[in-house]
Amino acid sequence: MPELIKAKEPFRFYTRLHLSELTGFKATTLEELLDLMKEVPGSCIYHHTHRFLQQHQYLSPEPPNDFAYWVNSALGEDELAERLASIDTVQFSTIRGLREEMIAKIEQYIKANPKSKRKFAEEAQEFHFIKSVSFILPTKYVVNDLKEFIDVLAKITMDSVYFHIFEARLRLEKKTNDFSYWIETSIGNKKLADKIANLDPYTHTLEDLRDTLIKIIEKSV
Amino acid sequence: MERLGEYIPIVGQSIIDDLKLLAERLKGKVIQQVNSTSVGGGVAEILNRMIPLLKELGVDSRWDFIKGGAQFFDVTKKFHNALHGKKEDITKHDFEIFEDTSRKNIEELDTYGDIVFIHDPQPVALVKKKKGNKWVWRCHIDVSRPNKDVWNFLKGYIKNYDSAVFSAPSFCQKMPIRQFLISPSIDPLSDKNRELPQQEIDAVLRKYEIEADKPIITQISRFDRLKDPVGVIDAYLQVKKYIDCQLILAGGTAVDDPEGAEVLAEVREKAKKDKDIHILLLPQNDLEVNALQRASTIIMQKSSREGFGLTVSEALWKTKPVVATDTGGIPLQIKHKYSGLLCHSIEGAAFAIKQLLNSPGYAKKLAENGREHVRNNFLITRHIRDYMLLFLSLYHPEDVVSL
Repeated sequence: MPELIKAKEPFRFYTRLHLSELTGFKATTLEELLDLMKEVPGSCIYHHTHRFLQQHQYLSPEPPNDFAYWVNSALGEDELAERLASIDTVQFSTIRGLREEMIAKIEQYIKANPKSKRKFAEEAQEFHFIKSVSFILPTKYVVNDLKEFIDVLAKITMDSVYFHIFEARLRLEKKTNDFSYWIETSIGNKKLADKIANLDPYTHTLEDLRDTLIKIIEKSV
Repeated sequence: MERLGEYIPIVGQSIIDDLKLLAERLKGKVIQQVNSTSVGGGVAEILNRMIPLLKELGVDSRWDFIKGGAQFFDVTKKFHNALHGKKEDITKHDFEIFEDTSRKNIEELDTYGDIVFIHDPQPVALVKKKKGNKWVWRCHIDVSRPNKDVWNFLKGYIKNYDSAVFSAPSFCQKMPIRQFLISPSIDPLSDKNRELPQQEIDAVLRKYEIEADKPIITQISRFDRLKDPVGVIDAYLQVKKYIDCQLILAGGTAVDDPEGAEVLAEVREKAKKDKDIHILLLPQNDLEVNALQRASTIIMQKSSREGFGLTVSEALWKTKPVVATDTGGIPLQIKHKYSGLLCHSIEGAAFAIKQLLNSPGYAKKLAENGREHVRNNFLITRHIRDYMLLFLSLYHPEDVVSL
């Protein structure tokens, strides 16, 4: 068995808890949705593209975002829903980039399907824009090597896994997820760091993502 | 008595650890909850269970009540109905009664809390006492289509709060203060939701002469038109043509509610020819409601309007497949075809029931998804977490808060 590498810097696990703030903005048509998507705060785009990951942990990894779900269920625009659902979120390192991509997809669709502008959601089916307010707290868990890392990863909350994989990278605009960064810079295992960075976390449920991460890291220790 | 530990097998140690982390950040703050009653109603029920848990976490949470006479509560009942969108004749005198009683409460009630947490419209005017402390107004009512006069009257007070809290996105209002979305919750350890031994469930079935080996469809609700019990019977009758099954309609009595008594009479009339329809009056009998839900094959909630509809979460928590209307807070609890089936009509409800009765594997999957969804989103531990985040948000206006 190879010797366990002690990290240059310990890794502290954080957790992220969120509160949903209502904005009062609502859309009943595709054009209203589009206009509001252009002006709402980034925290709204973040909320509606990531909420499902935390609130529907048990589901197969769909539907991936509220916009796709609403366009399909309230407006019956399956094709646009599929296009919005299949946006490769992991390719974007900022909310701004993700927002622009979604806006472009909707604009292209409206141009090609002008009749879609006439559809409207029934009463009580409107799209309500909600903002995600994040509270980031350090946990008591600090680890110094990959063995300790696996032990904590197995028992930490999903909120913590979520924070280090999704929120740190996209919302706090770090270039990679926190786990890969620490494994590369403090453990010195670039291969393992890249393997984790190359996972598409959006196509896993959170519990499955945790298991996958543990398996990948176990293989390397 | 230590109760927090009892939630660990249900939600996991780490969730309780997170609550403790948050509670540490609230040390030294006094949270004063104010409503109009300590017994009866959903608000009192949740505060009775939540305040001891907050105290156990080390959050100094206290509970005070306003006072009011029969006239005042008649007016606030009218306000309640009007906010729900029901037509009410509200006079200038009604508003004066509200203001008179509010004035007395403002004089008598000490609003000592660092955070004063006001529940529903009855104590809303206390905000006139606001000094340097923080004030939150918690609305437990469906205000998606409120009576404008009543809402505008209340808004005159609400806009002076620091934040308001609603249970569903559609209840949000145009206001100059922050508004948060916090869903209500169920307590998995309460009599209504705790695990029950099979003998106890069987005994309840025997008591009401319900067959254990024939599929049971159940709706637990008050006998109220908004809950559409007659529509539930119609849906059941459509199913019954193809599948031999039973229907239970169980809910509170309607002693002081003339309309409720009328609805109950209609339901009884419609049900009298079918011995498999069981109309049960269960006033405040949480254990029997629990047993009936657990004995059911499918749970329905066919409401035309619904504040939140926690009976859906109660059913899903018991791993029961649910057929419910797409209204109020129900779509937050059920994602169609993932954690239950949503419907918009009697025919749709009947079709969904047939699908579930004929495909038990599918029904089981939906129910299992539903239970996990409730575990993640609608248990009291999540509710406490959200309230603590809400309290912290009063001191942190930013979108990303590092604590």
